[in-house]
Amino acid sequence: MNVLKSRETILFAAILALLMLIATRFPGFVAPTNLLNVWADTSPLMILALGQMVVILTRCIDLSVAANLALTGMVCAMINVAMPGLPVIVIVGAALIMGAALGAVNGLLVWKLSIPPIVVTLGTMTIFRGIIFLISDGQWINAHEMSASFTALPRIQVLGLPLLGWTAVLVALIMGIMMSRTAPGRAFFAVGGNPHAAVYTGIDVGRTQFWAFVISGMLAGLAGYLWIARYAVAYVDIAGGFELDVVAACVIGGISIAGGVGTVVGTILGALFLGLIKNALPVVDISPFWQLAISGAAIIMAVTFNSRTGRTKGRIILKSAEIAQ
Amino acid sequence: MTITTTDPDYSPKTATTTAGRRIPDRLTPPMVRAIKSWESLLLLVAVGIFILNSFASPYFLDAWNLSDATFNFTEKAMIAFAMALLIIAGEIDLSVAAIIALASTAMGLMMQAGFDTPMIVATGLMTGLICGAFNGVLVTRLGLPSIVVTIGTMSLFRGISYIVLGDGAFRGYPESFSWFGQGYVFWVISTELAIFAILAVIYGVVLHKTNFGRAVYAVGNNATAAMFSGIRVARVKMILFLLTGLMSGLAAVCLTSRLGSTRPSIATGFELEVVTMVVLGGINILGGSGSIPGVVIAAFVMGLVTFGLGLLNVPGIVMSIVIGALLIGVIALPRLWQKFRRG
Repeated sequence: MNVLKSRETILFAAILALLMLIATRFPGFVAPTNLLNVWADTSPLMILALGQMVVILTRCIDLSVAANLALTGMVCAMINVAMPGLPVIVIVGAALIMGAALGAVNGLLVWKLSIPPIVVTLGTMTIFRGIIFLISDGQWINAHEMSASFTALPRIQVLGLPLLGWTAVLVALIMGIMMSRTAPGRAFFAVGGNPHAAVYTGIDVGRTQFWAFVISGMLAGLAGYLWIARYAVAYVDIAGGFELDVVAACVIGGISIAGGVGTVVGTILGALFLGLIKNALPVVDISPFWQLAISGAAIIMAVTFNSRTGRTKGRIILKSAEIAQ
Repeated sequence: MTITTTDPDYSPKTATTTAGRRIPDRLTPPMVRAIKSWESLLLLVAVGIFILNSFASPYFLDAWNLSDATFNFTEKAMIAFAMALLIIAGEIDLSVAAIIALASTAMGLMMQAGFDTPMIVATGLMTGLICGAFNGVLVTRLGLPSIVVTIGTMSLFRGISYIVLGDGAFRGYPESFSWFGQGYVFWVISTELAIFAILAVIYGVVLHKTNFGRAVYAVGNNATAAMFSGIRVARVKMILFLLTGLMSGLAAVCLTSRLGSTRPSIATGFELEVVTMVVLGGINILGGSGSIPGVVIAAFVMGLVTFGLGLLNVPGIVMSIVIGALLIGVIALPRLWQKFRRG
């Protein structure tokens, strides 16, 4: 019965219910090809949310992911413009390295100087955005300036799903294996679940948090290339405010902001839930202006629901202030 | 999330070093402490920037220019005072900019319905108060982490504003309404600057001279201990959320009056600047310490930096690099210095 009660099952049921609701008004939406499109469209969000998941598991938060995405994407586009002959795979590699390096900046500040992560990433968020302006001089890089192979890669169809969608599948698989089957993956849970206990089992809390930021940054860099190549345009404000969607996807997916609790499947479903709403609103003829309010309401409901189910039953001997009225 | 950890004593420092907190043998004399304090360091930075600015641009040292410069921070600083108390108490509110948008939209609706200035202002303040109450109830009654709640309400409040306005705007506020954002009380002292000064005194007294102020520190340092010493933790936090909402409503009145119009994108990114201002002012983001004079000086520092760079024709986005670097730098430098001294 535990499987039926799990957060993931409930979220999955909610997504199915949402799909059925949309299908009653617009049957074409649930056609397999369209659902694959929705998956592909949500892929950047899923990739970023998986990175954010690792960070939140270690009791940190990374608000700089969207700015990292935009900066790495801009650099990729500029490399492409400067050297159109360079194979795209090299650019993807550069995006991964650069994203990881930007993440490492956050990680080092959190690890070595123990500055609260929210302060660090608020700061780097504005700094990264500013750097985009400095290197691009505020100019846009448009589709005609990019090489054909640069923009084509995410759109290549394999078994009906564009490579963009497959990337999310691949990242989810790697993360799933890492988080559940490897020692470094388990360390992220240990650090978030109980930092004191983690220290006594020989895990370096700061170093683990550093690696969480590196992973988050690396995935943001990857998403940066994918985003720029898919929309075939790069400018300063790309993915502005997207970091909140990413955190929202994690929260809806059942990642506890207090750290230590969360799953890859939950994160994917959380991102998918937001992606479905975003794609369905225009179809069911609701103004896109509703999207922000709906995702806000979804976050609040999800976090309320999570805290209700997460509360352990039992006699409270010494009540803490959080529960007291 | 560090702010909402279940274990309030946890910090990476104490977790990695088993030695724990060191207690000094002798306290430093008050004078030395005052000179070495965060506020005096910040004041030094402010004076330095002021001098640099006056060398950098001949237009800087002008009463009216300086008066204009205060508009860079007055609205944000109003919120920053309440936010400072909230962060000292161990919570945070990231929805303040969204509250401005919603309050401004509500004011626009009242204006369209034909109401005059007093009713419009009351609507703005009430909307702020209601939004603050909503945040407060979710955090204190349901025990949810404030950072997630306010990220949610941030989307929700601004989302409602977008639903009402779409890509449109409210214009045509009554003439008398413009007093709040464009009026002057006396010579170069604008209404906003006067409100800022009065609030600074009120918040300074409340935080540093009243029982409530002590309770705010107690809650932020150890909520459980505060509860067992008879402080109603939930009530203190609720009041602070209400205050932050109210201040956002007040900022909405001033900003709407100054701009003369309402768009759903109004005050985008304000929440980050407010948090930056508070942290720059020496408020510990993990709660428990900080002072109002620090926030006041931080407000001036941020205002002077943006204004000075503006006079030098530096684009706004580059200023944000400076603000971001300032935020990390002021926290990183003392820690680096400590590391360096310990060897």
